[in-house]
Amino acid sequence: MSASFERGVDLLREVMDAPTAAYLSSCMSCGLCAHACLFYTETGDPKYTPIRKLEPLKRLWRQEFTLFGRLARLAGLARPLADADFARWSELVYDSCTLCGRCSMVCPVGNDIAAMIRKIREGLAIAGHAPKGLVDATRRTIEQGSPMGIKPPAFLKVVQHQRDDSGAEIPVDRAGSDYLVVMSSMEIVGSPEYLGALAKIFRQAGLTWTVSSTAYEATNSGIQIGVSDLAKQIVSRIVDAAETLGVKFVVSPECGHAYSALRWEGPNLIGRPYKFRVVHVLELIDELRRAGKLRTKGTFDEPVALHDPCQIVRRGGVVEQPGTLLKAVASKIRETEDQGMLNWCCCGGGGVSANHGAEALRIRVFTKKKSQIEKAGVAHLVTPCGNCRNVIEEALDHYGMKVEVHGLTELVGDHLDEGDAS
Amino acid sequence: MTRSALDEHLRRNGVSRRRFLQFCAATAATLGLPLDAVPALAAAISAARRPSVIWLSFQECTGCTESLTRSHNPTLESLILEHVSLDYHHTLMAASGTAAEGARAAAEAESAGDYLLLADGSVPLKDGGIYSTIAGRTNLEMLQEAAKGAAAVIAIGSCAAYGGVPGAVPNPTGAVPIARIVKDKPVVNVPGCPPIPTVITGVLAHYLMFGAVPELDGLGRPLAYYSDTIHDRCYRRPFYDQGKFADSFDDEGARSGWCLFKLGCKGPTTHNACATTRWNDGASFPIQSGHGCLGCSEPGFWDAGSFYAPLSAPIHLDPAVTLSVAAAGAAAGAAMAIANRRRKAAARQVHQPAAVADLEKPL
Amino acid sequence: MSAMQFLVWVRGPGLQWSVAILIAGVLLRMFEILSLGRRPDLSEPRTATRGSGWRTVVMRSIPPASVFRTAPALFILGYLFHLGLLASVALFVPHLELLRRILGLAWPGLPSPLVDAAALVALVALLMVLVYRLRDPVRRRLSTVEDYLVWALTFVPLATGYCAFHHLLLPYTAMLAVHILSVELLLAAVPFTKLSHAYTLLLARWYAGAIAARKGVVT
Repeated sequence: MSASFERGVDLLREVMDAPTAAYLSSCMSCGLCAHACLFYTETGDPKYTPIRKLEPLKRLWRQEFTLFGRLARLAGLARPLADADFARWSELVYDSCTLCGRCSMVCPVGNDIAAMIRKIREGLAIAGHAPKGLVDATRRTIEQGSPMGIKPPAFLKVVQHQRDDSGAEIPVDRAGSDYLVVMSSMEIVGSPEYLGALAKIFRQAGLTWTVSSTAYEATNSGIQIGVSDLAKQIVSRIVDAAETLGVKFVVSPECGHAYSALRWEGPNLIGRPYKFRVVHVLELIDELRRAGKLRTKGTFDEPVALHDPCQIVRRGGVVEQPGTLLKAVASKIRETEDQGMLNWCCCGGGGVSANHGAEALRIRVFTKKKSQIEKAGVAHLVTPCGNCRNVIEEALDHYGMKVEVHGLTELVGDHLDEGDAS
Repeated sequence: MTRSALDEHLRRNGVSRRRFLQFCAATAATLGLPLDAVPALAAAISAARRPSVIWLSFQECTGCTESLTRSHNPTLESLILEHVSLDYHHTLMAASGTAAEGARAAAEAESAGDYLLLADGSVPLKDGGIYSTIAGRTNLEMLQEAAKGAAAVIAIGSCAAYGGVPGAVPNPTGAVPIARIVKDKPVVNVPGCPPIPTVITGVLAHYLMFGAVPELDGLGRPLAYYSDTIHDRCYRRPFYDQGKFADSFDDEGARSGWCLFKLGCKGPTTHNACATTRWNDGASFPIQSGHGCLGCSEPGFWDAGSFYAPLSAPIHLDPAVTLSVAAAGAAAGAAMAIANRRRKAAARQVHQPAAVADLEKPL
Repeated sequence: MSAMQFLVWVRGPGLQWSVAILIAGVLLRMFEILSLGRRPDLSEPRTATRGSGWRTVVMRSIPPASVFRTAPALFILGYLFHLGLLASVALFVPHLELLRRILGLAWPGLPSPLVDAAALVALVALLMVLVYRLRDPVRRRLSTVEDYLVWALTFVPLATGYCAFHHLLLPYTAMLAVHILSVELLLAAVPFTKLSHAYTLLLARWYAGAIAARKGVVT
């Protein structure tokens, strides 16, 4: 038993809490969670049953935190956890779980399985059993500022391009602004028009805002890999910048887990409430639209379908805004099966897209989304998450599907009514 | 003394042959014998010599004797009893004292190996059995002596069969059933508190005809009378099956003759002939009169819970025991709570902030 | 020991100990769970009122249509079994007499033939659930000795109760005693097996619901 395995077990002890114990005590082995998990439905392999991915956590709970479990361990009737267990479970915990939370929605006894996967990752990661790709992404985030290695100069270059393209001001490090905008690497590299669109929106709404040259990365690899210490470091960059700049709001971008990390986990990671508030970009745009501070004209007229990102809708609580905003800028919206809270994951969340070992599996289980899109009969898909967008584009390419993927903010920005813009 | 045949005895007492045969048919029916056995039964009983019967009474209330002898008119039961030579019976015999004991000794000697030993009441064993003595001798001694020369023993009433009232908790006299003492002779248990008169005469009639005791169940009871439960033959059974129960002794349900389960009827677990043969020449039985069966022909019925609490009710749930065990659970829980929190705190204590290097796989 | 002595024992000390162990075990498990606590959530809740888990406690019993369709047999059989069991236990007059004396609470029962039918439904559902557990790859993979033991502990009381009522299998006194004993074993096992879901699911659903509602997710 190496020192790091023991650290892993200690982490599991730390994260053990009353909800987790209630969940593990209630599991009826009914297997419904498997029917909600696309890693099972698309492969038919029962090893991917969500609750089964938590086996080491359940054993630890029983053996260390229940009287009879402890007695059984003393009597030699219970096999203690070993590093081999962590090693074997790495594939299940990292490769075949995107933390999408569908299992948590359907469990009849109310178990939040996704939340427990998040916890078990704490143990596996510190014991050295997180996938290499995810470890590398985390290292890059910590050491360079972003999981894709985008250093500040590169970011500022992107800012400049967007300033030019959109014709709107993009302040950098402006203290006293009301809003601080942060982005995901996926957007910075793949869809920087997001920033341009926001610039125009802020201009029309007449709001003061800024970006930060030290805190531009909203994604949190620490959350994905499940190391709260590192997640804290990463989120602190944003918190420090926001509080230094004295902003009222931080705008979380079109990225699933970035919102969860910043809005829900952040204060608990740093151990105190923020001195600012967090708002998802869609929440902001919807608010502005309802207040009349943002006007759109025209619509996108091809049939489109909405992909609800798991971390924003089901796990984030930004439930209505994606649909509402899409209705404002698209005229032919096709509902998919399981639209909304029970939407199926793009297969790339929860660190899976950074995990090269999981690529084949990820592509394989995309068949669920594929069938959803095909049944909706659309050639255009809209989604407010950069990672979803990237993952879906890759998979569509693999399956030879002619479907174009758009960002939602970008779409709104395209239809901004700047009739009386300053 | 001359022992006349039974049929002569009956004729002298005005019982016609016809009526006698009717009695035999009824007895045969209750014994579960086929119709063609009736002539054989009649012949056997007719020709039966008057066997000697010794009746010993131990720790009893005399209720069994009362049940037998308390008849409205001279019944055939009483005539049968008169026919058998009841050579010893505390209540019924005229003699007393040394004369009575002498009569018993003489009967035992004269009919050694042939006489029937009937016993009611339980036998105390504690402290050498001194809690019940007759003529200075313990019940235990008397029973053991009398059983030596008996052809068979019939334990009459629940006290003799199972220990009865004296044997109920806390059983201060160490009362035991007859069968616990007599091991080497056939013992027939005829339980009931008291038993139905016809059951006794039926057992006697069987012995007179076959010279052997009837077929018995696992508790030594004649199958002919004790194979069914009251519940199996109860006329109110349809109400049980429908779920119609009387809630109190004078409510609508009670007046409608509904099932008395809720009022404590132990019919389902009680084996006896009350529901079919009934009491007082078939007049009625407790349930028919509106009171639940007490279960008096079952062993230990005095300790089987309240007569007025249903079979599904607990027999003495002691809140003190429940509370103390619960407290033990809570104490164990509190101990686990402390242990759990300690374990978590210890893990937090040794927590070193993670660095990226810590995430690499160990070599 | 005669059947009558056995019956008196299970109605007496047997019940006493099984109820006591049940209560003690429930308390133990509640301490074990709650002692682990929950770090206070320092994030700003979305809803004005603190998230309430009670809605989830109730609503999780009603699956959305699309979820139901993924495993209709599981839901239907699960409900048939649970409702049948509930009717057999809590709506059968002889049981109500027992419950009244233990809990001090009374409520009306159903006509016995209806309870009889409910028990039969529960029995059949339970048998089918076992067949599914053995055949469905997911459940077969998940199941341990405990799952099958718990099934037996649940099946036997229902089956023996049914037999007792209908005077099947064993002579009544013995059948009733076996039935009561099997119930006592079931009760004693509740806190120490997955049967504890009977009360821990309130906690689990509440926590999940409260945590989600805080974020603005109604589940």
